Amino acid sequence: MTCESWKPKLDAYVDGELQSEEQRAFDAHVRTCPSCAADALARLQMKRSIRTAGKRFTPSTEFRQRMQPRIAAKPKRSPGFIWVTTTALVAILLVVDLTAIYSGRERVRTQRIYSEIADLHVATLASASPVDVVSTDRHTVKPWFQGKIPFAFDLPDLQNSEFSLLGGRMAYLDQSPGAQLIYELRKHRMSVFIFRDGSLRGKLDENSSLTKELPFSMEAWSQGGLRYFVIGDAGAADIDRLAKLFKSTGS
Amino acid sequence: MPLFDQLYNFAHWLTQNREEAEDLVQETYTKSLKGFPSFQLGTNFQAWMYRILRNTFLTSRTGLRGAPSVSLDSEEDAADLAVVAATPETILLAHASDELVQSAMDHLPVHFREILLLCEVEEMSYQEIAQTLSVPIGTVMSRLSRARKALRDRLQGQLQSG
Repeated sequence: MTCESWKPKLDAYVDGELQSEEQRAFDAHVRTCPSCAADALARLQMKRSIRTAGKRFTPSTEFRQRMQPRIAAKPKRSPGFIWVTTTALVAILLVVDLTAIYSGRERVRTQRIYSEIADLHVATLASASPVDVVSTDRHTVKPWFQGKIPFAFDLPDLQNSEFSLLGGRMAYLDQSPGAQLIYELRKHRMSVFIFRDGSLRGKLDENSSLTKELPFSMEAWSQGGLRYFVIGDAGAADIDRLAKLFKSTGS
Repeated sequence: MPLFDQLYNFAHWLTQNREEAEDLVQETYTKSLKGFPSFQLGTNFQAWMYRILRNTFLTSRTGLRGAPSVSLDSEEDAADLAVVAATPETILLAHASDELVQSAMDHLPVHFREILLLCEVEEMSYQEIAQTLSVPIGTVMSRLSRARKALRDRLQGQLQSG
């Protein structure tokens, strides 16, 4: 397919609405087409902006307190019927919630988190100043995050390793602050993202195979109350070696 | 109270007024309880609740005031999807602040605002949006495309004038 024939499908692509085969074909196209890649990235960023800005209004405590008994209140007529209906409604709501959490939504949420990680990585590499703290010394980079993020983490010793640390910067995932470290290996740049595990709890399926659908190699795991993501265009084996270096710091 | 916070957020966006949003949510729950026997098990409950809220809004004074004065039928041509090329501006727009995006959304016609919220905030699929709005999927796609373009245009205007 030509680039022009993909363009009208960009919205459906970023919304995850294409059939899996077409989605894979589009993935492959995006990897080789800078124009569609930039367009898709811009649309994803716009989606994220709307999502954040759209969560704008919260009900007041008074309204919540006022509604709670009304929703569960027994009516004046046909109490048995309405009571059963109310109970059924609450049960259905709970089932809907649980189903949403444990089925499709989980995949969508996981996909969204992984897509955001990929976006953050690409946006960093495209930036004129990819790192806020420029240093190859982990003893300089790590203290830079003190007071900026609500947790501490360890960086691996890279002696006798092919990886080199380029620096770090702040990152936000799902409105939670975290650390992004940039590493280099034979001209390949990789990002290691670290966020507090609690801020992502319930939003990520660790066993998801979605990392395989990304145009990057990626590894994600949870350790010591922190959530780690390693992503880059290096081979999966290189990503795994960098991940292992981080995993060994916590053991 | 599952869905309570989401329904309230959606209602407030539609009405753009706290008191009206509270009335709308309250009426939605009342209607959903009354109409629960008509809910078909196995169908999408979230879409059902949002449809009740939206229909209630559309028949309210604010909803009637905000109803489009021209027919939306023409947008049902799914082949006529707006194609907007990525430009440096669209990437710049991605860095617009929440306040700027919220202000731009405030000024969108309500049928654009609601579809953006259902897609991006509620993360509904096209199928779920179609059920909520009672329109074909082709209309969902074309309306969503136009809504995004309208938002981009407005944001661009705001950024240039600011």
